[in-house]
Amino acid sequence: MAAILSYIERESVIHKLTGTTKLIFFIFWSIAAMVTYDTRVLIVMFFTGCLLFYVSRLKWTEIRFALIFMFVLMAINMVGIFLFSPEQGVEIYQTRHVLIHLFWRYTVTIEQLFYMFNFMMKYMAVIPVALLFILATNPSEFAASLAGIGVNYRIAYAVAIALRYIPDVQKDFREISQAQQARGIDLSKKDSFMDRMKNSSAILFPLVLASLHRIEVISNAMELRGFGKMKKRTWIVGRKLSARDYIALVMAVMTVVFSMVVTFYDGSRFYNPFL
Amino acid sequence: MQETLISFEHFTFQYRAQSEPTLYDINLTINKGERVIIVGASGCGKSTLAHCLNGLIPYSYPGHSEGKLSVCGIEAKNSSIFELSQFVGTVLQDTDGQFIGMTVLEDIAFSLENDCVPKEEMLDRTREEALKVHLLDKMKASPHELSGGQKQRVSMAGVLINRIPVLLFDEPLANLDPAAGKAAVELIDEIQKKSDTTVIIIEHRLEDALHMGADRIILMEDGRIICDTTPSVLFAGDRLLKAGIREPLYITAMKYAGIDLKPEMKLQRIQELELTKEIKDGIRSWYYNQSPPRKAEKSANLLSVDELSFGYTEEKMNLNRIGFTVRNGEMISIVGKNGAGKSTLAKLLCGFEKSDSGSITLKGKEISEDTIKERAQFIGYVMQNPNQMISKPMIFDEVALSLRVRKLSEEDITERVHRVLKKCGLYEFRKWPVSALSYGQKKRVTIASILVQEPEILILDEPTAGQDFRHYTEFMEFLKELNGHGITVMMITHDMHLMLEYTERTFVFADGEMIADTTPSALFSNRELIGRASLKETSLFWIAEQAEIPAEQFIEKFIAYDRQVRN
Repeated sequence: MAAILSYIERESVIHKLTGTTKLIFFIFWSIAAMVTYDTRVLIVMFFTGCLLFYVSRLKWTEIRFALIFMFVLMAINMVGIFLFSPEQGVEIYQTRHVLIHLFWRYTVTIEQLFYMFNFMMKYMAVIPVALLFILATNPSEFAASLAGIGVNYRIAYAVAIALRYIPDVQKDFREISQAQQARGIDLSKKDSFMDRMKNSSAILFPLVLASLHRIEVISNAMELRGFGKMKKRTWIVGRKLSARDYIALVMAVMTVVFSMVVTFYDGSRFYNPFL
Repeated sequence: MQETLISFEHFTFQYRAQSEPTLYDINLTINKGERVIIVGASGCGKSTLAHCLNGLIPYSYPGHSEGKLSVCGIEAKNSSIFELSQFVGTVLQDTDGQFIGMTVLEDIAFSLENDCVPKEEMLDRTREEALKVHLLDKMKASPHELSGGQKQRVSMAGVLINRIPVLLFDEPLANLDPAAGKAAVELIDEIQKKSDTTVIIIEHRLEDALHMGADRIILMEDGRIICDTTPSVLFAGDRLLKAGIREPLYITAMKYAGIDLKPEMKLQRIQELELTKEIKDGIRSWYYNQSPPRKAEKSANLLSVDELSFGYTEEKMNLNRIGFTVRNGEMISIVGKNGAGKSTLAKLLCGFEKSDSGSITLKGKEISEDTIKERAQFIGYVMQNPNQMISKPMIFDEVALSLRVRKLSEEDITERVHRVLKKCGLYEFRKWPVSALSYGQKKRVTIASILVQEPEILILDEPTAGQDFRHYTEFMEFLKELNGHGITVMMITHDMHLMLEYTERTFVFADGEMIADTTPSALFSNRELIGRASLKETSLFWIAEQAEIPAEQFIEKFIAYDRQVRN
């Protein structure tokens, strides 16, 4: 199922980086994108992100569904910004170029559009790197790397184990829903929305029970093999940082510095082309 | 003097949520290097006993215990699950659930990671264990790329890596096909011999577990140990049957033939058993005195499948040009190893998946294009685990579900639900919540909820998995009764007994092909076919060979006679 994002194995430089490196890189990259509203920085970051994605040899088609999903969310977000604060751009950039007045307090200004464009670019700058992190990091290595940067290993392992059992739960779901469809429970669009909601409980109820049972088995199996015995644990998939990891980490730090310098050089988080 | 590893002394245990103890006054010692099989009907306390050994009790399942239990010189009461797991390695029944790592490598190394073993040492030791269980070439495989038997071997390696003195198996054979089960038992045997590990196996499938030989069998009933003796002594008596456990078939066959079994006859394993001339004569004369069972008359065609092909992906065909005809009122078993295409066939028949080519005809009408819903009125599908089907808290509502979806009037619904509940022996429970029922009764509820749609064919996936002999017999007799009311039954199963005892026809699958459509007794007389389908020979075949009588007819007569005796 392509709908769920999960690790895709490839031969690439990005894949060869350790999970810790990718996690730190992702965090730094996000900080840089969060802090700045500087259009120039964001555009550079966006293109660099796309370049990194290209280097990873992953294909856009492999994540089409996730992308569409994110674009829809972003569009909703944009509409929301416009509805709740249509004059935000004017306030920030201190000028007002009206394009068209819609109704009541809603006027489309170039400043508002530019502000929203910047906002969107913040997402666009993060998305490629975020996707890379999810798609190019082996889940167990991810857990190891979380523990590596000081997260409690129980929490780190919980993330890995969730990823491990997603396919099993999907299989349960498919089987249960098929068996229930054979009892006439229809989840297709033919039924009304209310009926569909009611019917979906016929699948969720057994699925939740099955999952609870699975959790019991898993936690027993883990405890029987000593999980949680010590304050620390080692990881067979953990790797030591190599030269390329240090290079990547330096790049991450430089991104933050670059973003900060360009952003605050003129004393404002916003790049203002209107003045 | 032998070293005692495990000793129970007047040990009693009561779960916190229960009003009665689950284990009463257990006295048991197990020595180093022993092989012990624990048997008993469902609910007899054998799993609880295992939980006490590995520390899940009281760590995960709290309760109150009295008496003494020591494991490898340690008082279990003052110990922890982590300390006990250094002595007792547990392999659970659920091969998927206990596979924790993303790959074979990580799963085998899991307990070492928890012990903070350095990475280099882990890699070496993991390879060493993988070699022992013959999985060295699968180190990078994820659980979805492995068969059930392979996953179980990973679990074994994962506990063996701690060099533990006691290996505990909780129903290791329940999820495996017969050939994989046999291989698993042989591997346990091999490992035990090499390392002198103590092996404790809890298992319903006694004959299969005994393939590796056992020093002792512990028989439990209602929380007590009622018998603790060698297999041979146990088989010579009748205590197993009284406790609701199936004897190995060769033992039953000899008893039916009127042979006086003695412990010194080496009854424990068929490989060791020597059939004297006297025994052979006994079996022969029994065989010639039995009249051959009546064959059912052939009825009209109900379901025809022709040239049916299907693949989940384009590269691989999961079913390849399957063809067969099912007659009205038949009871058919579908056998073969995991992944051979049995479940895929069921999915195609029910319309869960769409075939790539071929036709499915029901009473002369092509149904390949019908939706799941439309087909459900003719073909009902019952999943293995009733908990995966039940979605309403009350029995009546659960059975009524499909009728309510079809928006029938409440009177119609009540009438039909009551009728089907009576048929399934659940009428007196109609106002009960589902949660108050036993596993077998829940299973009946799921069948009732399908039968209420009045299908003509019922397809069941592993109908008796995990049930003890008594519940198995009860459930299968119930299905037989439904079958007598004219419902055609098809069952996907690994249970060779079920196939032999309750079906007159069997479809054998291997690698997406249907390699035979035959009678179970004929299948068991064909070694080559058994091998290709990953099944396991029955000991009846061996007996027939030894006594020099036709195996197929002998098996048929045995089954017919056995059914008479049991009812």
